[in-house]
Amino acid sequence: MRGTGMLKGMAVTGRTLLRTVFPDGLRKPVPAPSRGAHTVQYPHVKEAPVARARGVIGLHHDNCTVCMLCARECPDWCIYIEGHKTLAPPRRPGGKPRQRSVIDRFDIDYALCMYCGICVEVCPFDALFWSPEFEYSEPRIADLLHDADRLADWMETAPPFETYEPGADVKQPKLPEPSQHRSPRSATR
Amino acid sequence: MIWTLAVELAYWQQTAIKLVVVALVIPTAALILGYVFLMKMMSFMQSRLGPMEAGPYGTLQLLADGVKFLQKEDVFPRRADRYVFALAPVVVMVSTFLLYVVLPVGPDAVVSGLDAGLFFALAVASLSVIGILMAGWGSANKYALMGGMRAAGQLIAYELPLVLAAMGVVIQAGTLDLNKIVLAQATGELFGWGGMGFPFILTQFVGFAIFLVAVQAELTQPPFDMPVAESEIVGGYQVEYTGFRFLFFFMAEFGTAFAFAGIASVLFLGGWYVPGLDPASAWFNLIGPVVMFIKIMAVSVLIFWFRFTFPRLREDQLQKLAWKVLIPLALLNIVVTGVLKVLV
Repeated sequence: MRGTGMLKGMAVTGRTLLRTVFPDGLRKPVPAPSRGAHTVQYPHVKEAPVARARGVIGLHHDNCTVCMLCARECPDWCIYIEGHKTLAPPRRPGGKPRQRSVIDRFDIDYALCMYCGICVEVCPFDALFWSPEFEYSEPRIADLLHDADRLADWMETAPPFETYEPGADVKQPKLPEPSQHRSPRSATR
Repeated sequence: MIWTLAVELAYWQQTAIKLVVVALVIPTAALILGYVFLMKMMSFMQSRLGPMEAGPYGTLQLLADGVKFLQKEDVFPRRADRYVFALAPVVVMVSTFLLYVVLPVGPDAVVSGLDAGLFFALAVASLSVIGILMAGWGSANKYALMGGMRAAGQLIAYELPLVLAAMGVVIQAGTLDLNKIVLAQATGELFGWGGMGFPFILTQFVGFAIFLVAVQAELTQPPFDMPVAESEIVGGYQVEYTGFRFLFFFMAEFGTAFAFAGIASVLFLGGWYVPGLDPASAWFNLIGPVVMFIKIMAVSVLIFWFRFTFPRLREDQLQKLAWKVLIPLALLNIVVTGVLKVLV
């Protein structure tokens, strides 16, 4: 019959209301909405975000080689990197001194960041990691520019690597694939 | 029936008192309905708590919002028709105020017991459409204009079922005076048993249902909120209003909801009467407001439950529902009521 769907809809909202107000059921009608609601009152009660939540990006200093890949791939251009090269002592006596890149500046502007995670994906040396921390709002927008020290602090909150769930795509080593690509021009001819 | 105060008041004194009472009732009604239903009932229906910070359980949230609205800048769009734009919320508010003139909460506790009270109430309720049209036109904004046009079409369409649904009650009671309608229900008998009077919802259930649906549309509440549809026309006729002018629209909406719930409880639920007492007793002037409040809240639960459950209709579905379903049904209801009134 027409209209039964509307009654069903009202029954759903009505039932949700009762379940929220009386979480112990109607047998024991003690109103306790703060227990019945699915939400928590955020500043007073905090829920732990899931381990792989994209909260903030941490920098693992020692792994970074100032290759600039993250800065160049960032769609928002919100990563600022400066570095210089120094000479490190040779590995073997009599050898050539090695070149090392040193970070002078590594900033991420979280006012611009859109949390796409491309920087984390492209980093070839595993220097960037996601952390689930999310409480870093600031009264001044300029303070959302996190410098290298702050990013290193976030690194400490990054969760350890979790093994993949069964059946998940396992990350393959990045090998150059055999080129089967033909350019569109040659295809038409 | 006549209950005299210990002191006789002059006409202007009575009028002043009534004015103050009504002027206090409307914001209070808006606060109560807004808090109990809009904030708490809707939240619970969505399994959340709603505002909890301002005052215990967020009771002062609406007051805080009101203070916030008063602080805001009074913005006029550059190309707006200033006088029309400024006057529109006032017109809507006046329509709400006038509704309370005839709403009885006791045998004598009524601002002015007009002979054609129901007619008056339904007539002034449709004044608000002028205010809304003024708001839509005066804003010089295409969304506001579309909202105003939608509101006009909707309010005119649903004015008819509203009036026709109330007609069944008028036929049964034989009067347009709201207080006499209450008395007709109080003195009526159910199969020769006068124990609980005869609330007209028993015979006029169809009328009650149509009345509530039409009230929903008159208030431009979901599922009939196309005039303000924020996802389509970003707030419709309210789009350019800020600060206390917006507050006027808000208060008028909830004040009107309260008044319409009051009229519905007068027409169908027996008004200020409770079974077991002599309807001529002067005590009803004291307990009447309480009884009315309880009944108004009961009707409001229905209205707002409906509001929070269903998504918005399409514009053509809205018109179809009014002209093809509600109006024929209401006319049929009138015919059946009239025939039975003559036969029984």
